[in-house]
This record gives sequence, C-alpha cells and structure tokens, in this order.
Amino acid sequence: MKTDWRARNHPAWWAFLVHRISGIVLTLFLPFHFWVLGMALNEAARMDDFFAWTDRPLVKFAEAGLVILLAAHLTGGLRLMALEFLAWRGWQKDLLAVAAGLTVIAGVVFAYVV
Amino acid sequence: MSDILQVRVWRGDEQGEYQAFEVPRLESQTVLDVVSHIQRHMDPTLAYRFACRVGMCGSCAMTVNGVARWTCRTHVSKVAKDGALELAPLAHLPVVRDLVTDMSEFFDKWARARGQFHPTATREDPFARVRPDSPERRNADAGIECIGCGVCYASCDVVQWRPDYLGPAALNRAWTLINDERDGARNERLRAVGDDAGCLACHTHVSCTERCPKHISPTAGIAGLKRAVMKAALRGDL
Ligand code: HEM
Ligand code: SF4
Ligand code: SF4
Ligand code: FES
Repeated sequence: MKTDWRARNHPAWWAFLVHRISGIVLTLFLPFHFWVLGMALNEAARMDDFFAWTDRPLVKFAEAGLVILLAAHLTGGLRLMALEFLAWRGWQKDLLAVAAGLTVIAGVVFAYVV
Repeated sequence: MSDILQVRVWRGDEQGEYQAFEVPRLESQTVLDVVSHIQRHMDPTLAYRFACRVGMCGSCAMTVNGVARWTCRTHVSKVAKDGALELAPLAHLPVVRDLVTDMSEFFDKWARARGQFHPTATREDPFARVRPDSPERRNADAGIECIGCGVCYASCDVVQWRPDYLGPAALNRAWTLINDERDGARNERLRAVGDDAGCLACHTHVSCTERCPKHISPTAGIAGLKRAVMKAALRGDL
C-alpha cells in the first residue's frame, strides 16, 4: 500500500513540498530570466519596452510571488544544509520557523520597495 | 466518550476492502485491544500480528487513521477521530493478509546496509572500555533502542518512490555500528550505505523521526552517515 496523505501532515513534510514546488517554478522561470537579461546585450530598446510593461500591478504581484518563492527556496535549502552538515541537535522545527520567518520578511521588504 | 467505537478494518491482501465493526469502547483501551476484541469476539479469521504487548517486540505496527503506529502502546483516545478508527496494514510492504505485512524485504535491507556487528576482538581479549560520554557512544545510544517495528519505513516517501532505498531503520542501524568503536567493518559499511539507494537518497523529510514510537531520529543518523560517507570519499577510503 502507499503512504496515506494523512501521514504527511507535519511541518517538515510541508516544508519539503514548498521546496519542491518553488524549485520547479524557479527552474521554469530561469530561462526566461536569462532571455530578458540577454536583451541588454543587443536589444536595449526592446528591454526598456519590456520593463515598461512590467510596471503593471499584476506583473508586480507576480514578481513578489517569485521573490517569495526564491526566498522560501533559499532559506529552506540553507535549512536542509544546516540540518545535514552541522551536528544534529533537535532543532528541525526551530530552523523551519527561522526559514519561514525570513521568507515572510523578504516578501514584505520586496512589497515595500516596489 | 461514547460506548461504541466505529472501526473499519482492511480485509484482503493488496486487493481488498474495509470491513466495518462496532467495538465496545473501554477506558485506557489500546488500538491493539480493539483488534484483539474483533478477532476474539466478532471474526476469528482476522489476521494481525503482535507478541509482547508492551512496546518491545516491534510486531504490532499498523496504519491507524492513515498514520503508521505501534498499536499496543497507542491509546484509542489519542487517535480516534469522532469515535472512529480506520485500520490498515503498514504501507510500503507486501500485504500477506488483512493487517499482516511481509517484512522480509525490510529486514533484508538491514543486512544489505551491513547491519551485522563485525568484532575486532575475541572472547579471550579483555572487555572493550567505551567511555559513556564519548560522542560516538552518545550517537550510538541515540539510535540503539530501535525495535524494528517498520513505522519509519512505512512513513518514508523515498521508500515509496524508489523501492530499493534501504530506508530509515536499516540506515539508523548502520549509523549505530559506525559509532561502535569495537566494530571492524567501517569502510565496507560506508560503501554499502553510500550510494543513491542508501543514505544519499534521503531528502530529509523527517517523516521517520516524526513517527518513530521510540523517539529515535533516523534522520539524524542518516545525516551523520552522509557526512561520514563524504569524509571517507574525500580521503579516498571508499
Ligand atoms: C539560492 C540558493 C539555493 C539554495 C541554497 C538551494 C538549495 C537546494 C537544496 C539543498 C536542494 C535539495 C533538496 C532536497 O534534498 O530535496 C535543492 C533542490 C532543488 N533546487 Fe535549489 N537551491 C537554491 C537555488 C535554486 C534555484 C535558483 C533554482 C531554480 C532555478 C533551484 C531549483 C531546485 C530544484 C528544481 C530542486 C529539486 C527539488 C526537490 O528535489 O524537491 N534552486 N535546492
Ligand atoms: S528523513 Fe530520510 S529516511 Fe526519514 S522519512 Fe525522510 S527521506 Fe525517509
Ligand atoms: S527507527 Fe523507530 S520507527 Fe523505525 S523501526 Fe526502529 S523503532 Fe521502529
Ligand atoms: S506487541 Fe510488541 S511492540 Fe506492540
């Protein structure tokens, strides 16, 4: 039999799900990001047009989402590496709280700046 | 507390269905008491496993309302939802019948992880003196009380994703031996657990640690194995 979904309802499993989804979305976003950066080399005018387009609220909102995903993935990844590489000390949930907290802060800071 | 517990029990092997029973609710009743009541008073053909009834033998684990647990030490009051229990065999193991799984693969993996102790001394030698406060002894202590119940194995998503994964219990066993200074098979064991069906496959979901009834953290041991494998690989010992 397979694992029952009810067995997965604990903080570290939800953290894993966030990490995987953010990892996949970031991977999908990355080629697009490089494509836009590439415009700077020989299509600067088109890049300016593109940046004008990104000034819409909906796009800003999506950007905030990306920043939060990146922050969640970064802090979540650092959390995993701390868990695995530093000597173990019953702190899984403390680390998770720190990662989640930093993610929220990153989201708020971004929303404030733009 | 209502007087009747609504219990749904898995009947069959991999194919099967839940059968409903109404079991009298008693004070301090364990989930194993419920299963025993059904088997003794309602349906003698129900297959399940237990031995010690006191949390030592590791034979009574089942899936209770979706979560793997040792049933002899799980009180109904802790797990029943709205006066109902759903009982199924452990996940990730072939079902023999009803609540009984075939655990041979689970234990074969302990052997594959080099779970056997390899002595370096004979009975003629003096006793080894292991300092109780040494870090190695403490690491071994933290994992040594495993009763082999399979709860962690049934809770680990990686076991589901890749059935050849050694799993948390076998790796925890290997970790206790890596920390046993009397053992002489360190490098062989690191080789046995150091591939991608071994400790390197663990994604640190921590489900094993969350569910282990003995409060062992296989995740901690697996992280230790990852570091030991990495160091041995850098030294060229593997
Ligand atoms: C910014 C610093 C980053 C850190 C510290 C980091 C850390 C990690 C770690 C530790 C894992 C392994 C998780 C596991 O064992 O399950 C991982 C997985 C992954 N990362 Fe990152 N990462 C970073 C940035 C990125 C970026 C920018 C992308 C995409 C463009 C990305 C995509 C992925 C994907 C797809 C996975 C696999 C997810 C999974 O196995 O569940 N990561 N990351
Ligand atoms: S920590 Fe590793 S062994 Fe334990 S449940 Fe998660 S993936 Fe499986
Ligand atoms: S580590 Fe814990 S859950 Fe896993 S087999 Fe041992 S006692 Fe059971
Ligand atoms: S019957 Fe022995 S551990 Fe439950």
